[in-house]
Amino acid sequence: MGAPTASCGPSAGKGARPECRLEGDWTLRALAPRADEYRRLLARAGHDASWKLDGITRLDSFGATLLWHAWREQWPQDLSADDELRTVIGRIEATAAEPLPERGSFTLADAVVVLGAGLLGFANHLAGFVRLAGQLCLDIAYLLHHPRDWPLREISANLYKVGAKATPVAALVGFLIGVVLSYLSALQLQAFGADIYIVNILGLGIVRELGPVLVSVLVAGRSGSAMTAQLGVMRVTEELDALSAMGISRTLRLVLPKVVALTVAMPLLVLWTSAVALFGGMVSAWVQLDLGFGFFLDTLPRVVPVANLYIGIAKGAVFGLSIALVACHFGLRVRPNTESLSANTTASVVSAITVVILIDAVFAIATRSIGVPG
Amino acid sequence: MSDASIIELRGIVTRFGSNLVHDGIDLSVARGEVVALVGGSGSGKTTLLRHMIGLTRPAHGEVSLFGEQLFSGSLREQRARRRRFGVLFQHGALFSALNVAENIGFPLRELRVVTPKEIRDLVALKLAMVELEPSTALLMPAELSGGMVKRVALARALALEPELLLLDEPTAGLDPDRSAAFVELVRSLQAQLGLTVVLVTHDIDTLAALSSKVAILAERRIISYAPLEETMKLDHPFVTSFFRGELGRRAIARSREKS
Repeated sequence: MGAPTASCGPSAGKGARPECRLEGDWTLRALAPRADEYRRLLARAGHDASWKLDGITRLDSFGATLLWHAWREQWPQDLSADDELRTVIGRIEATAAEPLPERGSFTLADAVVVLGAGLLGFANHLAGFVRLAGQLCLDIAYLLHHPRDWPLREISANLYKVGAKATPVAALVGFLIGVVLSYLSALQLQAFGADIYIVNILGLGIVRELGPVLVSVLVAGRSGSAMTAQLGVMRVTEELDALSAMGISRTLRLVLPKVVALTVAMPLLVLWTSAVALFGGMVSAWVQLDLGFGFFLDTLPRVVPVANLYIGIAKGAVFGLSIALVACHFGLRVRPNTESLSANTTASVVSAITVVILIDAVFAIATRSIGVPG
Repeated sequence: MSDASIIELRGIVTRFGSNLVHDGIDLSVARGEVVALVGGSGSGKTTLLRHMIGLTRPAHGEVSLFGEQLFSGSLREQRARRRRFGVLFQHGALFSALNVAENIGFPLRELRVVTPKEIRDLVALKLAMVELEPSTALLMPAELSGGMVKRVALARALALEPELLLLDEPTAGLDPDRSAAFVELVRSLQAQLGLTVVLVTHDIDTLAALSSKVAILAERRIISYAPLEETMKLDHPFVTSFFRGELGRRAIARSREKS
């Protein structure tokens, strides 16, 4: 096992051609540490040199490629090598002559195609989403006639996963947001001497708006992504196909439980998070403005009409429904490869949050005259 | 160094929880040998293969590759050692985000010494070696058939010019024709490149056509390590059912006809 060596220089004789004598192992492993050096050395000698390869003990396809490129893809006229070496280099010659197809460069036409594909893809998503929602309606109609087929076990398992297990993190985030919101508002209100309006601001803001949206963002990131990934992996492992082959509806058994569970769990989570956020706000108001808990709780129902609570809960249910639908829609679109899985999971979370904010805007317009004091 | 064994297992003991899988396995594979590792389901063949490539570590015993202990030396030396063998995983394990050419060129690119043009030529060569059309280069793994996945995975395993090739169930999931063609391909590559090959298999056709030696894993040990002819004469319940059953006899007769 010898290190590869190459000695290239003018030949001692009449000096017609420079001579290149290669020795040792010309393999990837031996050459790798100083590949650049050898590449330059061989290139300098070039195609016209007199090549003596007899000293080579091992030649692999990497070594052969180095030589072949140094020779500018032609056999040198003056080459001394045995048949074995010639076969190895010959293999490179045979395949290098027939280059691999390459992707063309990006042109204006491609840009138009990409843009068009994007628009068509959006239409495709919309159609798929409507189809999924329609299938769910059909499933529910079927279940109303066959109450024994309700996937209760799955619904309960999903309720636990998306609801009960989300309470600690929802409480933590809610509490901190409540504290921060209350602290910042208190700083402004103090300047006007309008301390007691902190109750109005926190009550209205959290119960009507912040609670539902905050929980939605949390749930989209936490449960929405999990739903997409779960369905996606089931596609990759062919579990979805196995279900279909057994004649079990995937929407009924996989999608419906998730949608029902999240629609039920979200209003409860909203209630829970809003309560904890109000508590956080109360603590902060007490510290900052010296507002007692009793006063806060006493004032809250007077300044915040109960309609706001109903709006918040209704929002929660609608947001939950849309997050679950979006997550399942993207989950079922996963194709059996890792790239598609990650792309769809990302798209699921981003779309779910966007959809929630859009629906929130619709709610804001539709309920602009309900539950607002004055 | 050429006469030293390529793989040396000494006293390998493996436990999964309370389940003892290997109990003192010794095995040494010489250069240029094609060793088939056979045994019943759950006898720990694949686990032994994973020990050899350092994906798992046995509870006791030592694994040496190329005359050096697998986990000895600096990180750089260990990495260099890992580049001296290629592995064909049972399901191909192609990177699904990369196309065929990128998959095969990936280990070369990771070396950071091979230029893009050289990678292109080497990938074309490996594709030709595994008898795939150049037009498959741009396909994604999801678009390949089972046989093509195995071929691309083999091409990737060969990318770094390994001296040792480990195959986990190389013909599982292929139809008999494809499986025979794949075996033929491995055999010609082995002859061409002078590879040492270790394969785990259930398929007697594959084993009869390829292996120069057969190692039988039963009762938590290697009970026999010998050429096929001698293995056949062994009197052991596993050998009797595996080789002398109807299927086994026919497969071995077929391979004799061929040679």
